[in-house]
Amino acid sequence: MPTSHTLLALLEREPAHGYTLKRQYDERFAQTRPLAFGQVYASLARFEKQGWARVTDVVAGEGPERKRYRITPEGTNVVENWVFEPQSAGVFSTSTLFARVAVALMSGRSAQTVLANQRATHLVRMRELTGLRKGAGADGLLAISYELAHLDADLRWIAESGERLDKVPRDIAEEER
Amino acid sequence: MTGTSVLAANDVHLSYGDTVALRGASLELTSGERVALMGPSGSGKSSLLHCLAGIIRPDSGEVTLEGTRVDTLSERVRSRLRLERMGVVFQFGDLVPELTLVENVMLPLQLLGRKKREARLTAMDLLAALDIDDVAGKRTGAVSGGQAQRAAVARALVHRPAIVLADEPTGSLDTVTAEVVLDAMVSLSTQLGAALLVITHDNLVAAHLDRHVEMRDGVVTRAAQVLR
Ligand SMILES: Nc1ncnc2c1ncn2[C@@H]1O[C@H](COP(=O)(O)OP(=O)(O)O)[C@@H](O)[C@H]1O
Ligand SMILES: [Mg+2]
Repeated sequence: MPTSHTLLALLEREPAHGYTLKRQYDERFAQTRPLAFGQVYASLARFEKQGWARVTDVVAGEGPERKRYRITPEGTNVVENWVFEPQSAGVFSTSTLFARVAVALMSGRSAQTVLANQRATHLVRMRELTGLRKGAGADGLLAISYELAHLDADLRWIAESGERLDKVPRDIAEEER
Repeated sequence: MTGTSVLAANDVHLSYGDTVALRGASLELTSGERVALMGPSGSGKSSLLHCLAGIIRPDSGEVTLEGTRVDTLSERVRSRLRLERMGVVFQFGDLVPELTLVENVMLPLQLLGRKKREARLTAMDLLAALDIDDVAGKRTGAVSGGQAQRAAVARALVHRPAIVLADEPTGSLDTVTAEVVLDAMVSLSTQLGAALLVITHDNLVAAHLDRHVEMRDGVVTRAAQVLR
């Protein structure tokens, strides 16, 4: 769960309340949708249970927002391991594009339409990101160029697959002759 | 964006001998619009641009510039209209190597009969806006590819055309330089109120433009026009 590890890493910098973590997370990591408060408090409760963080002080009142948390040495270890553990190189689990194209081919639906739709959506997002570059700080630029590069890679695969799919009927027709 | 048609191709066909390049291509650009024309190599992008620019006359179909049919006009009249209302940028800027950058940029204005002094001032303004006024006095061979290409952009815009047509304008540049040239071309044409059609197969280039259109086998695909 990248979100909770990222929250834990934010907590590593200094003890914080849930709302501070949420704000910092939204500033640095939430490119599209802000984090729900509920998710932050759920993560913090879990950190406490697993011994990754503990409550340092509690102000008077009700609800989870009165607690301030501090990371534990064990929590720091978790962050450390997470940062350096390479991600699985298989990306198929994070994107449904490949699966949807494969299903379209398998079921006789138009794979070209799947590709064309995704292409259009990707280009719109790339347009948006390109606009966001102006006025973005160093952190922002890093995130934007990361996303741009990945969308670009997807689009190259889409173009290549589109051309390959174009050739399929021709190849079959040639074989039949 | 007013939606007034600036340049349009309607059901354009074109063959080079036995090679069919365009088989019913249609595309319309409205005033101030910024469009990327994409598609595989050989799909007819350059051919369509040449027809739109009036460089080639299509075998059939219509080309209209600001609502007036132009494909039926003589070569001479089409050249004149191109000079007055369009700016064209190619992959390798096509600047005149014997002239300096500023002289290249002055050229369209002088061909349109403006006085040399006035042409130079206008050209220098534009070169300054593109941050290449420091090399204005150098010949094309003595400047970098990015600087030459920015001069080509300046030359395409100096006479305030209704539309700029660019064929792979950053195709010969590295990514960082391409960004600079592209940013300049997009912002300057917007500032001067020109529509922009950019042929590219680079998604990062296309991401600078508002509408994305795709060609395949000599036609503009319907999917690309609907799904933008
Ligand atoms: N001057 C020419 N003479 C003969 N064939 C040409 C010429 N220009 C282009 N073609 C052919 O026309 C088709 C479309 O080419 P073009 O418009 O250059 O496509 P694109 O710009 O999308 O790569 C291709 O098959 C190409 O080989
Ligand atoms: Mg071409």
